[in-house]
Amino acid sequence: MYPDNFRYTKEHEWVLADGDAGTIGITDHAQQELGDIVYVDLPKVGTRIEAGKSLGSVESVKAVSDIYAPVNGEITEINESLADAPEKLNTDPHGAAWLVKIRLSNPEEIQHLMSAADYLSYVGAEK
Amino acid sequence: MPAPPALRYTPLHSVHRSLGARMVDFGGWDMPVQYSGIIDEHKAVRNAVGMFDVSHMGEIEIRGREAAKLTDTVTTNAVHKLKLGQAHYSGLLYEHGGFVDDILVHKVADDHYFLCVNASNQDKDFEHIVAQNHFDAIVENTGERYAQIAIQGPKARATLQKLTPVDLSGIQYYWFADGEVSGTPARIAHTGYTGEDGFEIYVPPADAERMWKLVMDAGAEFGIKPCGLGARNTLRLEAKMALYGHEIDASISPLEADLEWIVKLDKGEFVGRDALLKQKQNGLRRRLIGFEMRGRGIGRDGYEVFLNGAAAGWVTSGGPAPTLNKNIGLCYLPAQQSVPGTSIQIMIRNQPVDAVTVETPFYKRAK
Repeated sequence: MYPDNFRYTKEHEWVLADGDAGTIGITDHAQQELGDIVYVDLPKVGTRIEAGKSLGSVESVKAVSDIYAPVNGEITEINESLADAPEKLNTDPHGAAWLVKIRLSNPEEIQHLMSAADYLSYVGAEK
Repeated sequence: MPAPPALRYTPLHSVHRSLGARMVDFGGWDMPVQYSGIIDEHKAVRNAVGMFDVSHMGEIEIRGREAAKLTDTVTTNAVHKLKLGQAHYSGLLYEHGGFVDDILVHKVADDHYFLCVNASNQDKDFEHIVAQNHFDAIVENTGERYAQIAIQGPKARATLQKLTPVDLSGIQYYWFADGEVSGTPARIAHTGYTGEDGFEIYVPPADAERMWKLVMDAGAEFGIKPCGLGARNTLRLEAKMALYGHEIDASISPLEADLEWIVKLDKGEFVGRDALLKQKQNGLRRRLIGFEMRGRGIGRDGYEVFLNGAAAGWVTSGGPAPTLNKNIGLCYLPAQQSVPGTSIQIMIRNQPVDAVTVETPFYKRAK
């Protein structure tokens, strides 16, 4: 369910990094908690993101949720396909429905995030 | 610090749990917000049939020789015009014209009126009515005597008809019949809060689980789905039905809320009438109107509305309309500008996003 090569946050984002190139998304647990996702608001390419600060939002039928940057960096690409098909976040949050690609300011930062096993026990304990 | 009061459970609570519903605290009740998903449930009601546990709703009964007089005194609609077995939507107002609650009034007998009220307003409503009871009438808070199940959608009648000898096609919209559903005494009302055809049945709490299962089985061939408060909200918004705490509250009058049709100023004295007359004479300051988003984004409850660059009102309810594939909402605007076709901006996360006011209801079922 939760890929081993991803790192996870307490706010239910994931990040996959290869050197200073990273991809950010929300976790399967997050999409389940949100329910039907109907809108995604993402920043522009070139925007600097700061770890722990909101980089955009995901909206379900009922509510708006912030997406928090797992690490520091700069947006290099956004997933344009989500504008017309936000519901993909409900079906493939760890794959085709990634949110943004970034250049990490400091690739070491992902070491502070949770492993898949840690995240799994974290969401297990939250219930 | 006293412990917070425990959440209240409806008689169907364990059914919701066993179905894996996501539960939320709704006005002090632990209620299902969704089962299979809000959009899925919404579409089941528009296209086939859905079932809702609305047992949290309150009931207040007014009996006695002057029951009609008391009911007419505390509500805005014309109680004396109701026929036996007829119901109507109405308002319970304060002297200043704001809403205590919005309610349904059913005429059970000349000396018996049955009110369905909002769950979280039940005690307040009861006290308000009792305070006006200068009549030969008895007011009872009877919420615990009833479970209420709403069966809604184009296949609602076919579903429920399998379970009752009462001829449902003989019950006009906003009429009701007292009969039986599978041997259980039930008040069967042709009412609803979805904008779709359907029924709301009031049954003894002890029979609620059996009723739920019978309706699920009866509706299986149509693809019946259990539906939560999430779908109830998107359905009622498309139909532009008011929700207490959003479109209406103690600070809003029925004239402002575009509910003049439930106010019968010519029926004689009722609580709030003088304030409404004054509002009509002086003109309304603000008025409810529907809007559709034009820019990208969803205007939601509480968001500010701008008109010509200045703050002018607020969104009362807003969100996606699953039947219409649009983002819609209701908002208050100054009365003069509260007309369809006005360009407005909704402030979404500090950014103005274009929207336009529109005619309502957003969705109207084909008859």
